[in-house]
Amino acid sequence: MKVKNLLTYCLISSLFLFLLISIWKILVTLQGIVLTNFNFNNLYIFGIVLSLLNLLIGKKFNLNVKVIILSFTFTIFDFFISVNLPIWYSFGIFLVSVFFFNTIKNYDKIFLSKNHSSQQLFFKFLTFFGITLFSFVILFPFYMMLITSFKTQALLLINPLDFSINFTKGIPELFKSYLIVFKDYNFGKYMLTSTIVSLGTVIITLVFAIPAAYAVARLNFFGKNFISTSILIIYLFPAIVLVIPLYTIFSQLGLRNSIEGLLIVYTATTLPVAIYMLQGYFKSIPKELEEAGIIDGQNWLGIILKIILPLSLPAISSVALYVFMIAWNEFLFSLMFLDRPNSFTLSRAIQFLNIGAETPRQYLMAGSVVVTLPILIIFVYFEKYLVSGLTAGSVKG
Amino acid sequence: MTTKLAKIEKRTAYLLIFPSILLVFSIILFPIFSNIWISFKNVELKDIRIPEPRAKKLVKSVTDNPTKIKIIYKLRNSSLTQEIKNVKFKDKFPKGLEAINLDERCQFEKNILKCEFGNWPEKYREQLEIVFQNIKGKEIPKKKLKSFKPNLSGKSQNILLTYEFTLNNFKKVVKDKEFIDLLLTTFYYTFFGTIGAIIFGVLAAQLVNQKFFGRTYMRSVLLFPYVAPVVALAYTWELLLDPTSGTLNNLLINYQIIDGPINLLGQKYVTLNIFGFDFKLRLALTTVIIFEIWRYFPLAFLFILARLQAVPKELYEAADVDGADPLQKFLNITLPQILAVISILFMIRFIWNFNKFEDIFLLTGGASGTRTLPINVYQKGFSLGDIGMGSAVSLVIVVFLLVFMFIYFKLLGKRANES
Repeated sequence: MKVKNLLTYCLISSLFLFLLISIWKILVTLQGIVLTNFNFNNLYIFGIVLSLLNLLIGKKFNLNVKVIILSFTFTIFDFFISVNLPIWYSFGIFLVSVFFFNTIKNYDKIFLSKNHSSQQLFFKFLTFFGITLFSFVILFPFYMMLITSFKTQALLLINPLDFSINFTKGIPELFKSYLIVFKDYNFGKYMLTSTIVSLGTVIITLVFAIPAAYAVARLNFFGKNFISTSILIIYLFPAIVLVIPLYTIFSQLGLRNSIEGLLIVYTATTLPVAIYMLQGYFKSIPKELEEAGIIDGQNWLGIILKIILPLSLPAISSVALYVFMIAWNEFLFSLMFLDRPNSFTLSRAIQFLNIGAETPRQYLMAGSVVVTLPILIIFVYFEKYLVSGLTAGSVKG
Repeated sequence: MTTKLAKIEKRTAYLLIFPSILLVFSIILFPIFSNIWISFKNVELKDIRIPEPRAKKLVKSVTDNPTKIKIIYKLRNSSLTQEIKNVKFKDKFPKGLEAINLDERCQFEKNILKCEFGNWPEKYREQLEIVFQNIKGKEIPKKKLKSFKPNLSGKSQNILLTYEFTLNNFKKVVKDKEFIDLLLTTFYYTFFGTIGAIIFGVLAAQLVNQKFFGRTYMRSVLLFPYVAPVVALAYTWELLLDPTSGTLNNLLINYQIIDGPINLLGQKYVTLNIFGFDFKLRLALTTVIIFEIWRYFPLAFLFILARLQAVPKELYEAADVDGADPLQKFLNITLPQILAVISILFMIRFIWNFNKFEDIFLLTGGASGTRTLPINVYQKGFSLGDIGMGSAVSLVIVVFLLVFMFIYFKLLGKRANES
């Protein structure tokens, strides 16, 4: 066992434990509990002792049992040096230490005698630190969105650092902002509009894109190469350069403030990527299947409906989900084309809420949750399809 | 036989692809070209509406005489700036009516009232009153009268279709005192937003490429900012960064890291003292860039992770045999493998960040030094109502875009030849 490796092990691992415990303690203070003494010195030294103990025990008995015993020891120690704290605090400490000892359970004397083990350790802990940091930075705004929507104006002003959700006040009181947003601000209607627009865009895009993609993938015609290369170039043109001409044309045609106008624009802007994604997939379907269809006397409609469609359902679902996401989240066109509240989509309605400076923040956040939640649920549920859509459509965003 | 089949194939192909081409042409390509047209015209927001002759019909009963009825048409030109030529009017009536005091511009034949009003200047208003009576002396049903709507037509000049052109819009764009600053801000935002997103993407991909508990969940979570709607995220950030009730400022003050609140989105400059030198940092712009990085690093992450997972394991095993440490492995194996993806990502993200509108618009509205070219399109075209100038600005964007695309496809072609 090298001294350098042992030293790095002790320092880094206890530093990591120290960091985790500090995060927990800071979170606890934000909940209104007063910690008179953080006891960081004692905890740090005890952390080193336990890490060493972990090393000495090594793999002598079941690793999970070792983890539980060590974390329990740590929790008891913390419980005795910090008095008068609620039981959920100690439970949090226990979970944190289980997480910590779980990460170091595989280390023993043999590992530390290897060549690069100190650097490996360093990167391992850097990884965990990175994961904690990344998840915090990502999730914290979402969490704040959620808890703000559960608060009242007074609570928000009294203590902006209260990160808790008060479940004791009962469900109707808790969801009051949502009730108001749906009742007084008409969010039910906006949600319906958004759903209709998004689903409509998906359907129309698919109806247009599937035949076009089939033609580009399979049939020979003059100008085919030109079309397939120009698809991507067209896709790279952003909405902001289209907005003024479209605004003027739509004003003159009376298409502003109408769902039809939005549907046309959304379909046109998502069509290139839909065609691009689908034709790639259609090319991978064996040609023999279609030839069999032709021998059976199918025309192109029959081939697309009976052979291509059933075989390319995964690709079609990822296109559909991706287009749905784009249409649901779209903001610029809905800002430009809709200025009457009865034709608003959700995104536009929330922006409209924010213009009135007097609108309480909790209503704004309740609206934000209403627009975010469906898309996140769809994303988590259909992640596999959406990720492939995202990668293919990623030139835009 | 084969030529006939080829012909059928060709026709089918055009049939299948025509609807898509038509739609994309009319909604994407045609507007891009009409941008050029509009940018050479002196058009304002209020000129866009085509002037229309309008009429409001009021039905009033004449006192003590149910067989007579008075109809009032409130006529007007909807435009405040333009004349309407050759206005014609038409309205239907129920059978058996007779007009008593008919205006000399009008005729009443076969239950139809026809008028020719000639030219209406801008802001024109008139009240036309006509009294009708039933020939047989019966009572006139009011409801039926109201159910007919007058029909008006007239010729007016559509300002967008005239042949008057001007270079004024471009002069205004280039002579704008802030034009250079605008370009610098745009490039600053684009460049740092792109680089930052890629750096964090590489870091996140490195993390998730290792084995740990909950790795698949981690991947989903990392994609959240990219998937969620901008509106919700921008307003949440605004809430977090608010100088008085915002979480971040309160946290920093609570732990005594700063003395007073900082308006991260509303302050143009902040002076930093590093090694005795004063640096002026564009504060609001930096905040907006950080939001940009936060929202778009997931995309870089997704790409790089996919590439990392395709790196052959043998390379790392060979490095282990040679006794390489983790840092050496990253620099000598991982980095060369992901370099191609990074350069493509850089180009794509650069183009898209250059055109980004929503994020800045929702966070600051372009105030406190965060005005980029796309924001300027909106401000000139819609806030100031100068459609022509807004069009000229968006043409500037298109020119830059074409240059970027040229470079992009040139590099992409080169890369394709190499591999």
